[in-house]
Amino acid sequence: MNIKKIQAEFPILKRKINDKSLVYLDNAATTQKPNSVIKSLTEYYENINANVHRGIHALSEESTAEYEKTRATVAEFINSKSEEIIFTRNTTESINLVASSWGDDNIKKGDVIVVSVFEHHSNLVPWQELAKRTGATLHMLEQDDYSLPENTKLLAITAMSNVTGHQPDLKKAIKNAHAIDALVLVDAAQSIGHQSTDIQDLDCDFLVFSAHKMLGPTGVGVLYARRNLLENMRPYQYGGGMIKTVEDKNSTWADLPEKFEAGTPNIAGVIAFRKAIEFITNIGLKNIRAHEKTLHEYLVEKFSTHPEVTLYTSPNSPVISFTLDCAHPHDIASVFNEEGVTTRAGHHCCQPLMRRLNLPATARLSFYIHNSFEDIDRAKIALKKTIEIFK
Amino acid sequence: MDLYSEIILDYYKNPRNKAKQSDAQSQAIEHNPSCGDIIEIFLHFDKAGKVDKATYQGNGCAISQAATSMLTEELIGKNKEEIIKIDKEEIYDMLGVPISPGRVKCALLGLIATKSAIHKDK
Repeated sequence: MNIKKIQAEFPILKRKINDKSLVYLDNAATTQKPNSVIKSLTEYYENINANVHRGIHALSEESTAEYEKTRATVAEFINSKSEEIIFTRNTTESINLVASSWGDDNIKKGDVIVVSVFEHHSNLVPWQELAKRTGATLHMLEQDDYSLPENTKLLAITAMSNVTGHQPDLKKAIKNAHAIDALVLVDAAQSIGHQSTDIQDLDCDFLVFSAHKMLGPTGVGVLYARRNLLENMRPYQYGGGMIKTVEDKNSTWADLPEKFEAGTPNIAGVIAFRKAIEFITNIGLKNIRAHEKTLHEYLVEKFSTHPEVTLYTSPNSPVISFTLDCAHPHDIASVFNEEGVTTRAGHHCCQPLMRRLNLPATARLSFYIHNSFEDIDRAKIALKKTIEIFK
Repeated sequence: MDLYSEIILDYYKNPRNKAKQSDAQSQAIEHNPSCGDIIEIFLHFDKAGKVDKATYQGNGCAISQAATSMLTEELIGKNKEEIIKIDKEEIYDMLGVPISPGRVKCALLGLIATKSAIHKDK
C-alpha cells in the first residue's frame, strides 16, 4: 500500500488544526471521504438529480439505475442478493427497523432477547424497549460467554467492539443460536470496512452497518436480511414509494426491497456510497487489515513505554482505547487536539462495557486506510505532552 | 491556545474546598453523561442567608474540577438570589482560557449543580 498516494485522495487531510497538519485517528466514529465519493455527490446534483422509481424521463431513469447499482455493489460486497439489501439512514435505523417490523410480531412474553456486553447503545436500547413492549426478557452475555438461555428468540451481537476492537466468536454464537431456532442480528458497523464480510459463510439472519464508517457519506445505512424474513415482515414506515396499490382505506405493499424504503431516500448518498466500496475493494480488505495490524503493533509499542498508560484493545485491532493515570480522557483529547491529533474521549456509547471496565471514559484512537507511522509518532508526541502537563 | 493554564492545573491538582459537608443546607449532584464527570455541591448559609461554606465532591476532567473548585471560593458571601444570577461568562472569566463548545459542559458542571441545589431548596 502506498500510503502517501492514498492520503492524497483525502482532501480533508490537508487541513490544519491549531496550525498543525491534521492527524485523523477517530475512524471508529466516522471515516473521512476520498475524492471519488465527494465528487460523486456533486456530480449527482449537477448532472443527474431526479427522484428514483418515479418518472420515465431520462434523469429519473439514470438516477434509479445509479441508485440500484449501489444496491448490487453492496450485495456483492457481503455476498447477498440485491433484494435483501435495504437502504436506511444508518445502523441505528436498521436495528430499529428489525426491532419494530420483526420484533413486535415475533417476540412474545416469556421470550428472551440476547445481546453481548460489547454492544453499542444502538444495539442495546432498541432491544431493551422491545423487551419492555412485549414482556420479553433481555439477557446480556459477558465476554467469551456464548451460552444462550432457553427461549432465546434473537441474538443481537456486534462483530467488533468500538471501544476495544474485541471480536466475539460470531460463528460459534450463530451456531448456538440456530441450534435453538433463534435468529441472529450482527452489528457490523465497526468491522465492515476493515475485514471481509460474507453473510453466506457467517450464516447470520440480519446484518447492519453504515456507509459513513467505510468512506461513504453520512445518512446511508444498510440492513441485510434473509429474503424469507423480509417477505414476512411488516413495513417499518408507510407512504410513497413502498406501496403497490392504494385504495381509499387500504393499501398493499411493494415488493422487496421497496417495501422497506418509504419516501425519497438519500439518493446522492447511496450513489456515492458505491464509490466508497470501490475505493475499499481496489485497495483490498486484506491489505487494509494487514496495514492496520502493523499500525496497531507500532502504536502499542510506542504507548507501552509510558507506565502512565493503560491500553484497552484486542490483538491487531484498528481500535485502541487507553487511559492515563494522571489525566482524564477529556483532557487527553484536548491536549491531543492542540497537537492536531483527532481522538475521541468518552464512554463511546457503551456504558454497560464501561461499567465492567470500571471506567467512566477512555480516550480512543482508531485507524483506517490513510493512517501512517508518522500519524502514530504525532500521537506519541501528544501523549508525552499530556503526561508532562498532568503528572 | 493554552487550555491548561497554571492556575487551572493548580486547582485541579490541589483542589480547594473538596470535601463533603454533613450539615449542608443545600446540595445537588450533576453528571456529564458524555464523559462520566460527576460533581456534588454542598452549601451552608449563615443567618443572613449568605453562603459561609461551599464545598464539592466529584471526579472528572481538569476543567470541570478546577472550575468547580474556583466556583466554591466565589460563592462565599453570596445569597441565593446572587447565586442564581451567576452566568456562564463569569465561569469562563474565572477560568481565564478559551472554552471550546465541546468543553462547555465541563466548565459549567459545577455551576449547574450549584443552581440545581438552590432551586431544589426553594
